[in-house]
Amino acid sequence: MTAPAYDDLAVGDVVAEAAYPISRDSLVRYAGASGDFNPIHYRDDVATSVGLPGVLAHGMLTMGVAVQPVADWAGDPARIVDYQVRFTRPVPVDATDGAELVIVAKVGQLDDGARVARIDLTVSADDLTVLGKAQVRVHLG
Amino acid sequence: MGRVPVNPELQGREFPPTAPYLVGREKIREFARAVFARNPINLDVDAARAAGHADIVAPATFPVVVQEATLAQLLNEPDGGIDFGRVVHGAQQFSYTRPIVAGDELTARLHVRSVKTLAGNAMITAESQITDAAGEHVVTATSTLVVRGDDEGDSE
Repeated sequence: MTAPAYDDLAVGDVVAEAAYPISRDSLVRYAGASGDFNPIHYRDDVATSVGLPGVLAHGMLTMGVAVQPVADWAGDPARIVDYQVRFTRPVPVDATDGAELVIVAKVGQLDDGARVARIDLTVSADDLTVLGKAQVRVHLG
Repeated sequence: MGRVPVNPELQGREFPPTAPYLVGREKIREFARAVFARNPINLDVDAARAAGHADIVAPATFPVVVQEATLAQLLNEPDGGIDFGRVVHGAQQFSYTRPIVAGDELTARLHVRSVKTLAGNAMITAESQITDAAGEHVVTATSTLVVRGDDEGDSE
C-alpha cells in the first residue's frame, strides 16, 4: 500500500474524516473481542446504579475506532508508531438510536528528521468532544 | 476529606511477567471488526504479506488485550487498596517498536510509574512493556487510571 507523501504534508491539513454508527451490538462485539465485560457497557440497570445516565461505550472502543481513518489514510496500519488519548467525556449509547462517532484527522506537527507526522484527532459524539489530546504518530519513511 | 484511595507505596513497583499470549489470526480479525477496521492489512494475509509483514497486523489498540492481564495484577494487588468500582480510565498510550502480527507470542511486564493524589483522587500511571518470544520490545501500553476518593455525600 502506498504511503502518503510526507513532503506534501502541511500542518493543518485535514487528512481524513469519517463517521461511525455505534450501536449496543457494537458494544457487545467489542466486549467479546477485547475481554472487557464491565456491565456498564451493556446493562442500563448497572450503569444507572453507579450514577451514569445509561450504558456507555468502552473508552477503548472509542479510541480503537477513532484511529481507523488514520490507518486507512496511512495505507498500512503498521506505520502508526504511537497513539495516545485522554478520555474526557463518556459516550452514552442509546438502546434504540445508538450513537455516532465523528472523527476529523488533521496534521498537528511534522518531524522532518524522523519523517513522522503527528496526526491530531477531533472525536465527537452528539457534537461534544469525547477525547482529549488524541494524537497518532505515523512514520512515513 | 476521605482516605487516600490507593497505597502510595505502589509507586515504582514492578510485577512478574504475564503468561505468554499467543496472538491468533482470527483474534486479530475479531478485534479488527470490533473497532471497525477495514484496512486489508488487518484482515487479509495476502495483503499483509504483500506489504512486507509476516502475517496480518493487529489494529493499533490491540495491545490492550495483552495489557489487560497486567492491569488485573495491579487491581488485585493485596496491599494496593484499589477499589475497582472507583476506577476510571483517564488516558491511554501505545508506543510501538514494531507492529504486532498474528503468530507473535507476547509477554507483558507491569511497572507502576507513578501514584499521585490530587483533590482526594489518586492517579496511577501503569506502564506495561510488551515483548516477543525473543525478548525484544514490541510495544509499551501505558494507562492512566483515576481512582476516585471518598467524596462528601457519597451514599455508597
